[in-house]
Formats: sequence, structure tokens, C-alpha cells
Amino acid sequence: MTQKITIVENILSANDQIAQKNRALLDAAGVFAINIMASPGAGKTTFILKTLEALQGRLRLGVIEGDVASSIDAEKAAAAGIPAVQINTGGDCHLDAVMVANALPALPLTDLDLLIIENIGNLICPASFALGSHLNLLIASIPEGDDKPYKYPGMYRGVQALIINKIDLLPYVPFNMDYFRQGVEILNPGLVTFPVSAKTGEGMQAWADWLVERVQTWKQDLSR
Amino acid sequence: MHELPITQNILEIALRHAEQAGAKEIKQINIVIGKFSAFVDDSIQFYWSIIAQGTIAQNAVLHFERVPVEFTCLDCGTTYEPQEDAFACPHCLSPRIKITRGEELRVESIEIE
Repeated sequence: MTQKITIVENILSANDQIAQKNRALLDAAGVFAINIMASPGAGKTTFILKTLEALQGRLRLGVIEGDVASSIDAEKAAAAGIPAVQINTGGDCHLDAVMVANALPALPLTDLDLLIIENIGNLICPASFALGSHLNLLIASIPEGDDKPYKYPGMYRGVQALIINKIDLLPYVPFNMDYFRQGVEILNPGLVTFPVSAKTGEGMQAWADWLVERVQTWKQDLSR
Repeated sequence: MHELPITQNILEIALRHAEQAGAKEIKQINIVIGKFSAFVDDSIQFYWSIIAQGTIAQNAVLHFERVPVEFTCLDCGTTYEPQEDAFACPHCLSPRIKITRGEELRVESIEIE
């Protein structure tokens, strides 16, 4: 006799539970974590390096490096006085909560204010796997084209801030900003957006100031 | 390739509930996948044939219910399936939308013996 059992369980709940544990650990240590996602070639590495530069002396920084193709290696960051851990993902297409849980003990968490997690360059998989971060950030870029919110809705749904990188290329590349922004607005109403060029530095100050304020407000709320 | 951890989770969920019910065999697993969740059932099926080997779920049929995306316009109430390159409401052109279906990713039920 076949018997039917109703389950209704989210397939990602195991990952979500570990992500919640990561979050609790970060909260206890007073560390604000950002999960940075982007397609390959969006300028993630340059953007992160420029962000670290802009934040040095304002926040105590740490890095989890998940992108095997990135050139922010742990040694380079350490040379700049920034604690960093490299996750060897073994060719995986996204970070998951377990990888981050395993990386966290290697960082001096109580000495940090901000942890930057560089996810793997991919617009599909990382969106589904929560890490326990306080802010999910997507870096879009002008040369990718204005249709990306329509092609990768899951990614645009799950972030709390958006960077539009490489705006210095706007005069040379067909990119309808209104069309792009309408897609974003429908998927994620009111999403905080920073148009920047990590290369020329345009817009980076506004982003860095916003982030510092966000981290400080969060820390104040935490200590209340 | 992110279907591998998903498939492992499906197996873990199915086995846990089957064990609780004292099942000898899992015959079918009913899975609901929304189009926006970006998981491919063929890939899940492929991994399944490998990782379910040697468990009471090895002969289980994976049944996928694919849920299309449904938007509901917050201004005029129209519900519609968005086109791939245009999301605004086709009736009143409003961009104020709630996504009402299409983000599901869950194990709905299992059929056991």
C-alpha cells in the first residue's frame, strides 16, 4: 500500500539554518558582513580593492575570498594589514553557508567591524545560498547590458544594495539606464543603488560613506 | 552544477521523513520548483541517479511541478506571466508589482511503502 506523506519543506532550509548560525556568530562578535556577488568581469576585484582602500582607517576590515579567479589573494590582503581567508571551493559555482562557517574561525572576528565576502562570479547560483551576511550586494556593470535584471531576476530579488560599475563606459556602450532601472525597481522596489566607476573612482566616496554609516548604525543598534 | 547540493537536500529531506514514518521504500517524491528559482529538473534527475544509490529512495520517481512566474499589479490588480524582456503590468503599465508565484523550491510530499 502506497502512503502519501505531506512534507512542504524548503529544499534550502539546511543551508538557511547554518546561515543563521553564521549570523549569530557575527552578531556576537560585532562584525557586519557583506556578501558581494557579480557576474565574471563585472569588476568585482577592483571594486573590492578600492572599497578596502576607501575604508581603511575608518573600519577594521577582514576578507573572505571565495572567488578562485580573483587576484585579491590572502597574502596580498595580509600585507595591507587586512586579515583574509581564502576558501578553496574546488570549482564550485557559489559559496554556501557551510564554507563560510568553516572560514570564520580563521579570522580574528572580535577585532573586526566589517567582513567582506567575495562570492564566486556567477549570476545564478549565489542568489539561492544565504551565507549569514547582513548585506547582500550585487555589482552590475555597464558592458554586461541593460537586460540583466530580466535575465537573472533571482539575483536582483535577493540583494539589499546594488552597484552599477563601469559608468565611465556609458558613452561607448549601448545601455538604456531607464530600462535597466525599471527591471530592478519591479524586482526589488526602492533598492539602494550606487552608480560608480571603480576605475576612475567616481561614485566610490558616496558608496563608502553610506557603508560606514550603515555599519555604525548597525553596531549602535546591536549594543542597545 | 548548483543542483548537486539541492539534490542532496532533497534526498536528506525525503529520507528523514520516510524514516519517521517507518517506510521500507520511497516510491515518489513530489517537488515544486518555481521558474524564478533557477534550478533545472534534468540536472537534479541526473544527480539523483547517482546519489540515491543504495538508499530506500533509489527507485523513487522524482515528480516536478514547475510553477510559472506570476506577477500581480499593485495598482490595477491584474495577474499575469511577465514576458522575458518586459516586467511592467501589460494592462496599466505600472511598475509596482508583487511576485505572487514562481519562487517556490520545496519538497511537497513523498509517497512511501
